[in-house]
Amino acid sequence: MESVGSIIVYVIIALTIVICSVLAVTTRKILRAATYLLFTLFATAAIYFKLNYEFLGAVQIAVYAGGIVVLFVFSILLTSHPGDNSAALASKKKVLGLVGSLLLLAVAGYSLISRCQWATATATGENPDMNLIGETLLGSGHGQYLLPFEAISVLLLACIIGGVVVARKSDK
Amino acid sequence: MELTILWYLIPSLIMFCCGVYGFITRKNMIAILISLELMINAVDINFVVFNRFLFPGELEGMFFTLFAIALAAAETALAIAIIINIFRIAQKVDVDDVTKMKY
Amino acid sequence: MFLFLGLCGHKMKHSVAGILGTLGMGVTMTLAYITAFTYFFSGNPEFITAEGTRLQSVLFNWEWLAFTDKLSIHLGFLLDPISALLLVVITTISFMVHLYSNGYMRDHHGVWETGFQRFYAFLSLFSFSMLGLVVATNIFQMYIFWELVGASSYLLIGFYYTKPSAVSASKKAFIVTRFADLGFLIGILILSYYTGTFDFANFTSTGVEGMTNAYQISSATAQSVLKTFAENPVPVFMGGSVLTWALVLIFMGGMGKSAMMPLHIWLPDAMEGPTPVSALIHAATMVVAGVYLVARLFPLYLMEETALDIITVVGALTAFYAAMVACCQVDIKRVLAFSTISQIAFMMVSLGVARPEFHHAVGYMASMFHLFTHAMFKALLFLCAGALIHAIGSNDYTAMHGLRKHMPITHITFLVGCLAIAGIIPFAGFFSKDEILTAVFGHSTFWYIWMSAVAGLTAFYMFRLYYLIFWWKEHKVPEGHHAPHDQPWTMTLPLVILALISCVAGFVPMGNLVTWNGQPMFESVNFFTNISELNWSVAAVSLAVAIVAIVIATVMYRKENPLPAKMKNLFPRLWTWCFHRFYWDELYQFITHKIIFGLVSKPIAWFDRHIIDGSMDGMAWVTNRVSYAIRGLQSGSIQFYVWIYLVGALLLGGITAICLI
Repeated sequence: MESVGSIIVYVIIALTIVICSVLAVTTRKILRAATYLLFTLFATAAIYFKLNYEFLGAVQIAVYAGGIVVLFVFSILLTSHPGDNSAALASKKKVLGLVGSLLLLAVAGYSLISRCQWATATATGENPDMNLIGETLLGSGHGQYLLPFEAISVLLLACIIGGVVVARKSDK
Repeated sequence: MELTILWYLIPSLIMFCCGVYGFITRKNMIAILISLELMINAVDINFVVFNRFLFPGELEGMFFTLFAIALAAAETALAIAIIINIFRIAQKVDVDDVTKMKY
Repeated sequence: MFLFLGLCGHKMKHSVAGILGTLGMGVTMTLAYITAFTYFFSGNPEFITAEGTRLQSVLFNWEWLAFTDKLSIHLGFLLDPISALLLVVITTISFMVHLYSNGYMRDHHGVWETGFQRFYAFLSLFSFSMLGLVVATNIFQMYIFWELVGASSYLLIGFYYTKPSAVSASKKAFIVTRFADLGFLIGILILSYYTGTFDFANFTSTGVEGMTNAYQISSATAQSVLKTFAENPVPVFMGGSVLTWALVLIFMGGMGKSAMMPLHIWLPDAMEGPTPVSALIHAATMVVAGVYLVARLFPLYLMEETALDIITVVGALTAFYAAMVACCQVDIKRVLAFSTISQIAFMMVSLGVARPEFHHAVGYMASMFHLFTHAMFKALLFLCAGALIHAIGSNDYTAMHGLRKHMPITHITFLVGCLAIAGIIPFAGFFSKDEILTAVFGHSTFWYIWMSAVAGLTAFYMFRLYYLIFWWKEHKVPEGHHAPHDQPWTMTLPLVILALISCVAGFVPMGNLVTWNGQPMFESVNFFTNISELNWSVAAVSLAVAIVAIVIATVMYRKENPLPAKMKNLFPRLWTWCFHRFYWDELYQFITHKIIFGLVSKPIAWFDRHIIDGSMDGMAWVTNRVSYAIRGLQSGSIQFYVWIYLVGALLLGGITAICLI
């Protein structure tokens, strides 16, 4: 049985996610879209916190909200003038997108609600402590993630270099 | 009232559908990228929720989310570099306008 | 033995200047003389048997291309009477021409013509190929050098390659001879396919006991070749035996090179080349290659009299035709060219009528004899013509009249040449022509009368030419031009030498040196053998015919008079036809343009353009259309792809869900 406060928090989070993600893809100002995305990401981080994953929530805020959204904002400011409305969507495309996403919503929602076998499961478990996370991340045993960790570090390095090379002004 | 797994999956589903809608309809490449982030985020939520509700003793879902966040960051950085480069050449960031190499 | 190495090795070097070229040729000539002398007179058992039969001697034979055990191609040196004779002829004429060109290829102020070194390089190349052809040990080597000769003659004819007429003439010469060479090649292939060998020694002669490389020409070998052919599965093909076909095809190659009747058209045009080239190639050496080829395979031809008869007929017709045409030309080099055709045809006829039953196949000997003498006096005539052209600057003898006072040396030497070709005793042409007529007489009376008439015509047109050039009233020398005069010594010396040779060459006892099977014709030999062995009944007739012809020419052309015009009006049709060379060129033009291009090439071209190209274009068009139609699918629009994917996935999911319910 949940406490009332918990439910209120959940409702706020869920509403924020739904409203902000809908607004993020429907607003015609690109900078606002980025801002709504930021709110959505915060709400996601709130879900993580609520589910007792504090480290994950922190990462979500630091990397997504702090890094990626800032990147978005930079690139938006570089490529368009603030206040510009993006061109009105072609109605044909709009219909296509609407039909596609609503269909998806209908099918997935129907199957979720009507056929979900875990409808009764509740959130249990503790917040994993930092030692455990660290050991799991850097251990090489069963169920530990050293190799993906290394792979992702190499990927990030390649990404940095690639980003520099691609975005650099070609020297003429 | 119990907050079962469905209560978390439904907002995530809505978020994902919004991402699909945005990906299909938007013209601005950055907006498309934003939609993409929404979808990834929805998936991340699902990982975490499944982990917490169905396998409380394990950490797999959490770590998948962790890596997904890192991957999303890398992918976004690269995509934005490309977009800026295209903008420098074509002065546009709309997918419909950058058609020089088509056909 | 090693002399030959120097002989041919040197020729590959491109001499950079006239002196070097001439000296090189001089050395070669000396070597060739020594070689021929050694061959004829040394009595070495490799060259001559104790009974006095001359042998074919393969000096060395180097395997060049070894394809299989059975098929390999050799390069080597074959020495026998005719190749020794040809060596002498070729090197002599070539040396004279080299010497002469030193003077000819300069203008009156001593300025060298452009491409002078190139000219000498080509001359050397030509001489090399011709020598290689002559000493070939097998028919394939001969073919290789045959083609080399063709190529270098192409280069020489087209020497003035800035002149369109020279270019087209060289192309014509090349294409016509090429066409003939096709026949030659097919003939070679047939022959070697059935006999399994290329070597002349295996075709025509058998080895001599105790010698590794000497061969005796005998009809027995040829008979065995004949037997090989008789045993093959298809002995008869379209009315002739395979051997006959092979020999006729090989003769076709000879026809092309020697300018026999249907394939003669290139020779008059080849006069576009520099005159020394005409003297070397188109009078003395290359055109006799065909004769040499037939002589080389003569024992085989003996086995197939049909082929010999064909040679006779072609030769006789050509001789008469060319003599007729020569009477009506105005370009002196063309007159000489047609006279060359006519004389070569004489040699062919002579080979064609040669039979061992009659007087040791005197025709064979006579042919080689005439080849020898003709090379000398025709080269002389050409070089004289070159001197005249050099002095006057024109080929047309209407521009030349009355030159005998200005150019005495040229005049005398030209006269000697004319007398020699007309067959006046004691000049060279008399003896050889007399031998030919004797041989023809022994074969058939009809052809004898025919050939005598041709001999008369020869005398007639040569003296017509002579009078028109050197007599008549001279033209006024235009202001600013110096009067024509004799040429520098480099040009007159060869004239004098050749004139001397033309005077005495007739006394060479050819019957003892060159016969078809190497056996001597006369018991003993001295300087007057040829005179004492003359068949006087034949000789007297030919002499009489020649003199009558000369008299007629004298009457008609000694001074400017209306007789020639009257003659022209008397037979207008005949004259026109002769003047236009019986329209052979026009006939070829008609055949190639109208029939081949019009009836064959055009439909093929149409087919190519419309059917082949059309189908390809059609395919391209269809592909193009289809791509345009479906390119919308490959739009590159990821959003559209995603939508398609989504819808597809949902449909799949929906179907699954419905099925599970």
